[in-house]
Amino acid sequence: MDKMPKWADVVLIPLISLCLALIVSGFVVLAIGEDPIRAISIMVNGALSSTNKIGYTLYYATNYMFTGLAVAVAFHARMFNIGGEGQAAISGVGVAVVLLAFDWPHWTIALPFAILGGGLFGAIWAAIPAYLQARRDSHIVITTIMFNYIAAAMMGFLLNGILKNPNSQVAESVNFPAGAHLPTIHEMLAPLGIGFSKSAPANVSFLLALFCAWLVWFLLWRTRLGYAIRAFGHSPHAASYAGISAFKITMIAMIISGALAGMLSINVVMGEQERLIQFFVEGAGFVGIAVALMGRNHPIGIILAALLFGMLAQGGFELQFEYPEISKEMVLVIQGTIILFTGALDYMVRKPVEKIFARLREGQS
Amino acid sequence: MDFAHAFLQIIIAMDMTIRLSVVLLFACLAGLYSERAGIFDIGLEGKLLISAFFSASFSYETGNVWLGLLAGVGASMVFALIHGIASITYRGNQLIAGVALNFLASGLTIVIGLAWFKEGGQSPALPQSSRFHELTLPFADTLRDIPLFGPLYADVISGQKPLVYIAFLLIPFTWWLLFRTRFGLRLRAVGENPASVDTAGVSVIRYRYAAVMIAGVLCGLGGAYLATSQASAFGREMSSGRGFIALAALIFAKWRPWYALMSCLLFGFLEAVSNLYPNIDVFGIFEIPVQFTQALPYILTVVILAGFVGKAVAPRAGGEPYVKER
Repeated sequence: MDKMPKWADVVLIPLISLCLALIVSGFVVLAIGEDPIRAISIMVNGALSSTNKIGYTLYYATNYMFTGLAVAVAFHARMFNIGGEGQAAISGVGVAVVLLAFDWPHWTIALPFAILGGGLFGAIWAAIPAYLQARRDSHIVITTIMFNYIAAAMMGFLLNGILKNPNSQVAESVNFPAGAHLPTIHEMLAPLGIGFSKSAPANVSFLLALFCAWLVWFLLWRTRLGYAIRAFGHSPHAASYAGISAFKITMIAMIISGALAGMLSINVVMGEQERLIQFFVEGAGFVGIAVALMGRNHPIGIILAALLFGMLAQGGFELQFEYPEISKEMVLVIQGTIILFTGALDYMVRKPVEKIFARLREGQS
Repeated sequence: MDFAHAFLQIIIAMDMTIRLSVVLLFACLAGLYSERAGIFDIGLEGKLLISAFFSASFSYETGNVWLGLLAGVGASMVFALIHGIASITYRGNQLIAGVALNFLASGLTIVIGLAWFKEGGQSPALPQSSRFHELTLPFADTLRDIPLFGPLYADVISGQKPLVYIAFLLIPFTWWLLFRTRFGLRLRAVGENPASVDTAGVSVIRYRYAAVMIAGVLCGLGGAYLATSQASAFGREMSSGRGFIALAALIFAKWRPWYALMSCLLFGFLEAVSNLYPNIDVFGIFEIPVQFTQALPYILTVVILAGFVGKAVAPRAGGEPYVKER
């Protein structure tokens, strides 16, 4: 018999962890002599109070959905892909190469190829550590960290070299052709007569992220391959007895993971910047770890957690303007405490809840 | 280029290599203790950063660099304690705990720094009394005129800051502690086969906590060096990945103290080269870009990890929480 009902595991525990994280973060705000209630209300308002702000929230949430799904798929195969940052960065090169290769007539034609390009580059950047893990027994956490730094150096090299816009002072590529412009939410809703902020960066990639979430759910829980991935994740030994190849699962899970992380550059590079810039990932690869942990590695949980982290990110920017005594890096503190409570201190949160349910059950019988 | 000039260049590069490898040495040894006891530590970066912040802030406020050092070490130990509670007591994922610490350090240093100094998350520049100063070893000036050895002694070996000597002395000390004492034997056993140590009546938990707290002290020294010796103020994200280079150096060193000295010097040298000679022209044929020199520590580590050049084997029980058999 389970120690607690399923709803407690998937809803109650993450909520308790979130509350604990917010309380600890609140104490940090108190410690620097500021008002945590005011801070949180500014953040919530700053994330949701206008369509412009919602547009930013959704834009960040889109990034976190991609990176959260990437981490989750690897987690299901019992791998910790900490390299989303590098995979996303390199995928930007793939997207840029595809979009700069032709004068694309329309985004509907450009998008599938950009997805292929970005996905392929992200997948390759994840496949090398996967191969080294599967064949050479190198720890994937370390290799993916190393690949983050190698990717950063590579981006600097490419954007100061062959991809550099000769007419620009900074390290960036030339602008993509106008035909590759992805419709923003404003442009998608305008024909329906619904008003939405023009300046918000959220674009059609948000729908792509939702579709990817569905795809991951379908893959993991409705296909033979997904079953093999989860079986391998639960017990590599039992899985190998059942004829599941460890090499194959490691490679496939990481390739999917890298390709998902790569979709971030559809949102940022193709959708928002419309050119390749150097530091466009901005830590989203690491936030994906928090999103996957908070979302319990399930696509629905990841969508909700990504929305929450999108609100945090956008709220943090507003916090900086409205309440300049608190730095926007307060968001990092909140993210850090969420990772701590949902990831590393899970057992501490879980144990008392299990005890309460055990006592309730005794009371019933 | 004449000989004297080339020699001067070498002296400058060697001096810079030593200065830049100190932070790596502290963090690398921190990782060595922790991982030898079976606790993976990717929170080295965060501990360096939080220590750099508190050591700079406290030495600025008190005007005493040693009090600053103490504050930095204390902050780093608090982080180490969180890592221990999460990954030893509550048997959480050690890697995730490390990631959380890195997030916390990045956030806390800037949030507290902004509230404290109102300078956008940095600390003010440290005055003379709040920084470490070079120590001149005996006879440095008299020996300077001896060819080759003289400048080497006077400019590379002498004239470094106190923490530099501490870092280099820690190497033989660590070797002795880990490989010549009972404490060291048990600590290594806890990382290889905790069940056997437990059977012998030694507390796995206690040894793992000891290792994690030692790592906290060492990262604290490294962070303090960064802010009060290598630089003279705290700057946002000033650890800038050094905790991860140290992790790479640790693997490159195959979790051994003397090898750690070599790998930290090598990676420090690569950083010195990328600072001194951004783009290296190879006989006019092609140019090695600065990004390649910067990425080389990571590339070398991947090569070592992949076992193409020697094999790096991690402590066997690393990453696994220890659950007592019942």
